[in-house]
Amino acid sequence: MANIPDDLKYAKTHEWLRLEGDVATLGITDFAQGELSDIVYVEITAVGKTIKRDEPIGTIEAVKAVSDLYSPVSGQVIAANDSLKDSPANVNKDPYGEGWMAKIKVSDPTELAGLLDATAYAELAGRSAHH
Amino acid sequence: MLKLTPFHDRHLAAGGRMVDFAGYDLPVQFHGIIPEHLRVRTTVGVFDVSHMGRIEVRGKDALSFINRVTTNDASKLAVNQAQYSVLCYPDGGIVDDLVVYRLPDYYLLVVNGANNEKDTAWLREHLSGDVQMDNVTDATAQLAVQGPKAEATMQKVCSIPLSPIGFYWAASCEVAGVKALVSRTGYTGEDGFEVYIPAAAAGKVWDAIFAAGKEFDIEPIGLGARDTLRMEMKMALYGNDIDKTTNPIEAGLGWVVALDKPEGFIGSDVLKRVEAEKPARRLVCLEMQDRSIARPHYPIIAQGQPVGMVTSGTLSPSLNKGIALGYVKRASAKAGTEVQIDIRGRSATAVIVKPPFYKLGSRK
Repeated sequence: MANIPDDLKYAKTHEWLRLEGDVATLGITDFAQGELSDIVYVEITAVGKTIKRDEPIGTIEAVKAVSDLYSPVSGQVIAANDSLKDSPANVNKDPYGEGWMAKIKVSDPTELAGLLDATAYAELAGRSAHH
Repeated sequence: MLKLTPFHDRHLAAGGRMVDFAGYDLPVQFHGIIPEHLRVRTTVGVFDVSHMGRIEVRGKDALSFINRVTTNDASKLAVNQAQYSVLCYPDGGIVDDLVVYRLPDYYLLVVNGANNEKDTAWLREHLSGDVQMDNVTDATAQLAVQGPKAEATMQKVCSIPLSPIGFYWAASCEVAGVKALVSRTGYTGEDGFEVYIPAAAAGKVWDAIFAAGKEFDIEPIGLGARDTLRMEMKMALYGNDIDKTTNPIEAGLGWVVALDKPEGFIGSDVLKRVEAEKPARRLVCLEMQDRSIARPHYPIIAQGQPVGMVTSGTLSPSLNKGIALGYVKRASAKAGTEVQIDIRGRSATAVIVKPPFYKLGSRK
């Protein structure tokens, strides 16, 4: 069963978010990395840009497929995890730690209320899981 | 309702992530495409390929029938020899690619799982003379044991010496005491065997092969690594690189198209013309120059003009770079040509290279 820490917020598109002050760190969940498997390249294309909630901010390439990374909050993308350039597999190994992807300076903290807590996300992931 | 292969319980026990493939519930991976890929390149891995269609053809006109529907020259096959071949439509488009075995008492055609029904119907439509056709897919099972340690593994469970069996040759023997057909064939570029057995004995054979390969860290391999392994060798995948809109000449399969067969074959008139006039486009190998990965349907551009389309693409686990197959116009198809690939609106450079991408395979 996928690891879903209690202290994070989650998006329906399988991103996690950790808020410290007005800066949110985000990545993809343990469930999402397991589904994608073998992540080989992470590119955050929106560094420096101001983005709206649910806009794509980058792409995640796995061996089998490519998927977009969405920001579940509006704000400015202030950092990307450059260490993933050399170690993209950290997303698979440590999705909530070394595998973080981007930091967003949040412009509207009320948007966070619309995100899922661990219990709600666990239910969503359970429904999305393969048999 | 998905079909199950005779190894389905073994896949679940090994933690396979199951997906619908060709109407079967099959493992896309067990613990990761990259480690499974490298397992096959370094020691030995086992693929359940029971979803492939297996069709037996007998009768005194079996050879002339097979030579009429396939592009390669089946009359050149010795007993127990196999050949790669293609079924074509009259317009030269591809019905399917397949392996044709000449066995002592009959011919065995092994076709793509997703095309099994279509091929069987196509073949029936073209039956003539004294020919009996039996689709034995459900009654049989098929494994591919692939990698540099495949022979050492299989020798332990096989009743005859395997080293005399050459590439694309077969032998009837016993595997783990079960009557089997074993051939030195595969879809990986490594040495290896395919094993055909009755479905009822499948579990016993699987367990014996895994016990025999334990010293080589043998593992089950999913469809994901099967795809990356074949792509590194530029082996075409039906539905991606070849289909009814492509012909075998432009797909680089001219080596299995015997245009000199005296009676011709379905599609031969068109393919003769394509060969004489040179195909307008060719399937080429593309090596990405940055870390991008091209995917099917991405446009290929040369000097600002669209020249083709990607048909398969992945990260090559062996080379650790992006590789792709795609059709490009003949003028842009030479090895060394630099092209651009439109990766979701961003342009990435790729160079056309000679096949295969991976040149260190153990295939004999």
